[in-house]
Amino acid sequence: MMPQAQLQTVGASAPAVPEQPCAGGEACELRVDGLRKSFGKNRAVLQGVSFAVHRREAVALIGSNGAGKSTALRCALRLVEPDAGSLTLFDEDITSAKARRLRHIRAEVGFVFQKHNLVPRVSALTNVIHGNLGRAGGIRGWSQAFAPSHLRERAMACLERVGLADQARKRADQLSGGQSQRVAIARALMQDPKMIVADEPVASLDPVAGQEVMDLFHQLTREEGITLLFTSHNVQQALDYSDRVLALKQGAIVLDQRSANLSAADLGKHYG
Amino acid sequence: MPGRLERPGALQFTAYVALAAFVLWSFQGAGWSFSALVSGGPAMADFLSRAWPPSLERLPQLSKALVETFQMALAGTIIGIIVSLPLAVLAARGLTRQTPISRVFYTSSRLLIALFRTVPDLVWALVFVISVGLGPFAGTLAIAVDTIGFCGRFFAESMEDVEKGPSEALTAAGAGKFDTIFCAVVPAAMPSFITTSLFALEKATRSSVVLGLVGAGGIGIELKVAMDFFDYQLAMTIILMIFVLVLLVERLGTIARGRILEGSSR
Ligand SMILES: Nc1ncnc2c1ncn2[C@@H]1O[C@H](COP(=O)(O)OP(=O)(O)O)[C@@H](O)[C@H]1O
Ligand SMILES: [Mg+2]
Repeated sequence: MMPQAQLQTVGASAPAVPEQPCAGGEACELRVDGLRKSFGKNRAVLQGVSFAVHRREAVALIGSNGAGKSTALRCALRLVEPDAGSLTLFDEDITSAKARRLRHIRAEVGFVFQKHNLVPRVSALTNVIHGNLGRAGGIRGWSQAFAPSHLRERAMACLERVGLADQARKRADQLSGGQSQRVAIARALMQDPKMIVADEPVASLDPVAGQEVMDLFHQLTREEGITLLFTSHNVQQALDYSDRVLALKQGAIVLDQRSANLSAADLGKHYG
Repeated sequence: MPGRLERPGALQFTAYVALAAFVLWSFQGAGWSFSALVSGGPAMADFLSRAWPPSLERLPQLSKALVETFQMALAGTIIGIIVSLPLAVLAARGLTRQTPISRVFYTSSRLLIALFRTVPDLVWALVFVISVGLGPFAGTLAIAVDTIGFCGRFFAESMEDVEKGPSEALTAAGAGKFDTIFCAVVPAAMPSFITTSLFALEKATRSSVVLGLVGAGGIGIELKVAMDFFDYQLAMTIILMIFVLVLLVERLGTIARGRILEGSSR
């Protein structure tokens, strides 16, 4: 309830983060500037959100339920159209990009949702193959049954990467929660993404499955150099799996600091 | 303790009285007559006694007509389903991108489906008899149009009801609208498509029977001729054959639906 004090925190204790994100030549994957969004006549959910995600960085966005984390991520890819603000993805201004251009850019970002959002009634393999639709549409990308063998092989490799090659034929709605989320990650990997955006990827999983999924993200960022932006309302988890933490509160970023300089107790103050 | 009945306000009371009056007036308009019902009883009994036993004389010809009836129903339903799918995609709320052109398609497909649904199949049969001539083709077209009215509406509704998550996921991955509909929406709506289609086939079987009355093919014309010539034994045979066909299709439909619902909950 003390936004002023918190804003001071940002200014005072975040020397590692440049004032103008990515202005200093540092490679920048995503930059969001002055993002605003409201739904209907309600108070604006986002009231000028600005942040940047650098190449190969793992960034956690924390905030309580309803703080606007999901909305911020959706706006960043224009899955929800922001009211104001500018968006830069991979050094390209997508604020007013046309549909076709936007699709090309989106194809480079793997989006993982809290609810895995797999297509039910079709196989895990088909769901992974869908990850290629941003590159090539058409009937051959609709199902594993029609897909050319190079796509099927690549999809199998992605399933292998998440440890689920043996579940390829299983219907998506028959997988466990953790398996579903890993198939969703395999679908994102099928995009061969530069960046993965994950919205509370483990919030609906049990602790063990959640740990597995977070470890998988960790490997992907470390071993394959994929940039990661994820949201969480678990403070400790956000710290453990990120290089940097952003906190969203009352429609603005109230904290932006290296995870190494933070403790869960520090974060607890800004959260809730 | 509240009263068992609430005392209606003056306006409410007037509305009740008006409604009751309207219902009574409708019975009068419908020619409701107890005396006719009573005197009709013996005539009905007379028909039944004269219709029994059913005549088996023309069984081969009638069987052929019955098969033709079902063929009309099946072919018309299949054509109807095929046309319904793209029409339903256009007519489903929030499936296509919001551009002025898509809005024109949305409105016109909705209007077309509503027109096909609200005009009764017998009227369509009359129209097609005039345009393509007497015979089963006219009936098949009438059934196809009727099926589009039925399936178009329910296909569209089931696609609107599909969870939005998978579509959003594919959109986020850069998939286009067309691919998203066929990969995320259609598979999820498939059980509902199939049950709707089976209902459409049952409905089509029932209507294919009466389309013959206006000369649009099938067994209906045989029934009309039998009645016109007071050959009640033949008429009874036809009525029983229709009964068996419709019952059979309904049973098979129920069994198939049961299988599908079972499969989707597994
Ligand atoms: N599509 C929408 N329509 C209306 N309100 C929405 C919509 N999406 C989100 N909101 C509202 O925006 C606020 C932030 O939601 P969300 O971004 O999901 O928060 P978080 O992910 O941090 O829990 C909530 O009050 C929510 O009700
Ligand atoms: Mg959320």
